[in-house]
Amino acid sequence: MEFFRSHVLICTGTGCTSSGSRLVISGLRKELEERNLEKEIRVVETGCFGFCNLGPIMVVYPEGVFYCQVKLEDIKEIVEEHFVKGRPVKRLLYSDPNTEVKTQEFENIEFFKHQKRIALSNCGSINPEKIEEYIAKDGYFALGKVLNEMTPLDVIEEIKKSGLRGRGGGGFPTGVKWGFAYKAKADQKYIVCNADEGDPGAFMDRSVLEGDPHSVLEAMAIAGYAIGASQGYVYVRAEYPIAVERLTLAIKQARNLGLLGKNIFGKGFDFEIDIRLGAGAFVCGEETALLTSIEGKRGEPRPRPPFPANSGLWGKPTIINNVETLANVARIIRNGWEWFASMGTEKSKGTKVFALAGKINNTGLIEVPMGTTLRTIIYDIGGGIPNGKKFKAAQTGGPSGGCITAELMDTPIDYDNLIAIGSMMGSGGLIVMDEDTCMVDIARFFLEFTQEESCGKCPPCRIGTKRMLEILTRICEGKGVPEDLETLETLAKTIKSTALCGLGQTSPNPVLSTLRYFRHEYEAHIYNKKCPAGVCKALLSYEIDPEKCRGCGLCARNCPVDAISGKIKEPFVIDNDKCIKCGTCMEKCKFGAISRK
Amino acid sequence: MNDGLKKEQILGIIEKKNGEKEQILSILMEIQKESGKNYVDKEWARIVADELGIPLTKVYDVLTFYAMFSTEPRGKYVIEVCNSAPCHVVNGSAVVQMFEEELGIKMGETTADGLFTLQYVPCFGACDIGPAVKIGEKVYGNLTKEKVTELLNSYREVSTCQK
Ligand SMILES: Cc1cc2nc3c(=O)[nH]c(=O)nc-3n(C[C@H](O)[C@H](O)[C@H](O)COP(=O)(O)O)c2cc1C
Ligand code: SF4
Repeated sequence: MEFFRSHVLICTGTGCTSSGSRLVISGLRKELEERNLEKEIRVVETGCFGFCNLGPIMVVYPEGVFYCQVKLEDIKEIVEEHFVKGRPVKRLLYSDPNTEVKTQEFENIEFFKHQKRIALSNCGSINPEKIEEYIAKDGYFALGKVLNEMTPLDVIEEIKKSGLRGRGGGGFPTGVKWGFAYKAKADQKYIVCNADEGDPGAFMDRSVLEGDPHSVLEAMAIAGYAIGASQGYVYVRAEYPIAVERLTLAIKQARNLGLLGKNIFGKGFDFEIDIRLGAGAFVCGEETALLTSIEGKRGEPRPRPPFPANSGLWGKPTIINNVETLANVARIIRNGWEWFASMGTEKSKGTKVFALAGKINNTGLIEVPMGTTLRTIIYDIGGGIPNGKKFKAAQTGGPSGGCITAELMDTPIDYDNLIAIGSMMGSGGLIVMDEDTCMVDIARFFLEFTQEESCGKCPPCRIGTKRMLEILTRICEGKGVPEDLETLETLAKTIKSTALCGLGQTSPNPVLSTLRYFRHEYEAHIYNKKCPAGVCKALLSYEIDPEKCRGCGLCARNCPVDAISGKIKEPFVIDNDKCIKCGTCMEKCKFGAISRK
Repeated sequence: MNDGLKKEQILGIIEKKNGEKEQILSILMEIQKESGKNYVDKEWARIVADELGIPLTKVYDVLTFYAMFSTEPRGKYVIEVCNSAPCHVVNGSAVVQMFEEELGIKMGETTADGLFTLQYVPCFGACDIGPAVKIGEKVYGNLTKEKVTELLNSYREVSTCQK
């Protein structure tokens, strides 16, 4: 085996690829070759470290030095200073946005310190395109163990006892579900991995597939053994090209090594996996819709029961599991259920991956034990809110969920607590909003999404969400009437109880939750015709402070609709009837004389 | 027949998927990608229907249901702008304006040279680098005015090289 004195890990996930990590990698390879260092220093292309807004990210082992925002121009210096002279390049180290202290080692950065990476443990530490690296991290050991030492019922029991619950949103106990499919009698059964991930704000499944595809394949084979299925499908969004590419490669490699295919480990167990692409319909993430889509039809949901575990793909018993759920399976088999059950809260075991997005310093992917508080996630890991703004709320569960307010920041986050406060876990997207976010506007936005994605099969969802959206739009335009809030609540209740599938049933949640915690914002829009956050354009007005105005006329020249008039060297005024609230004048004024109300 | 795809090409795509009915999504996606104009023409849809042995209406059922498909020609490059909440919160609408200004078209339109179409799509999971857009298989994030100009120029260059 070759011996390298240093390993350089560079992320090639979607985030870092978009910020240019491919260029950095080829530049580094070239530089190392020119200096004859390519036999001493090994470049490893990895999946996502999670710290996406600081990409491209580079970690150098054995020291664990963490470089961020590395550019092609930095390569010469890194090679010369760090790899030749052994002095890490200070300039490129991570600097805490609040304290500006630079941290050299990866483990000591606040962002990583509070995390516990299980589902993501290989993301960022192995090359996802090399099955050998997965195997070197005990990959496929669990599959071997299951086939050699465990009966299908043992496997199901192990997963049941671990307390693993579905990470795709529903939170259904995984072992119990497998038990149903095990009991169902049929000549053929299927395992389906749900990688449709359409929840706005969620990208953990993408990262797992990009960074550790084999962990999902191995788990699917284990599930196949447990319920007696010989065929698996990964239903993945075509919008995730890197994930699709790595999955395809991973399946090929596993087949070549006999880890998929016929007679795996010589134990008489056959299992094949194929990929099916989703074509951009959010509702296809719903399990029954997903199945009809795999069958090559319009992805419309159907009523349950029968549940897929009894009658799924082509009417056969089918287990559908989310990517992150599956990413935990092999680790549970390897380390035992006690290990997994020792983490988390009473009814939510293990860890959860969250995708941080919106108004937060450190956007990216994090994994924390269940029961971690929002405060820890936002302030310790997320580095707080940018530009010294005030935190207002965080939305979990995307368009099916609700918001967590500042007062609830210390609630331990798990499935049940989130439901109790009117939100839900969803797939783990966490959108952070600050004082500049209008909660009515956000509710309208989410509803617009569900309205657009509604498959139209059942009237409560198709028509009900449309009515709700009309009302919300009206409120944002300053045309809301006092009865609107009550009508919204009635509509919401009806939709919740009568829609056919989860999409419709949960679509009123963002409205109900914002009504519960931010009713005053709705009221301000309706009664005072004001948008407190200054977002809803129709309710804004721009004014020039005559004290501060120097009469330069710059604003008037830039106004696209000539709504500003005045004499040079005298205070100007805005005609609010003409004004289209574009905000250009406020941006242009050099004296801060224009304000938005 | 129109200039985009030849019948043999379509037959080739179908054959690659073993002519399986269930693979209709992948087949149509491939056709759309190969068309150069990011759409599926009615004639091509008919070939697919015939080859898979299903009614044309079933093909249209699929084409109209999934957001990724278009039955009208679009630009060579479709610029897909995320309009979901995470990008909205970080001021995605400013990005739309930048593209509209730089391309001289409005959302939903195609440039006169047939190179770019600007359109909204729901979240494609690049929220970590929002506001984000997607062009073909590439994702671009943390966009600023300079980046937008640079980006469009790079696509314009590629396209002139290929001519
Ligand atoms: C509208 C809608 C969209 C959904 N989208 C997804 C998704 O993108 N990914 C996912 O794993 N589950 C999604 N689900 C949940 C699935 O229906 C299903 O519960 C899940 O895949 C089961 O896997 P799990 O038990 O491992 O969580 C969605 C549900 C609904 C109602
Ligand atoms: S609730 Fe909405 S998405 Fe679900 S089946 Fe009914 S119309 Fe379709």
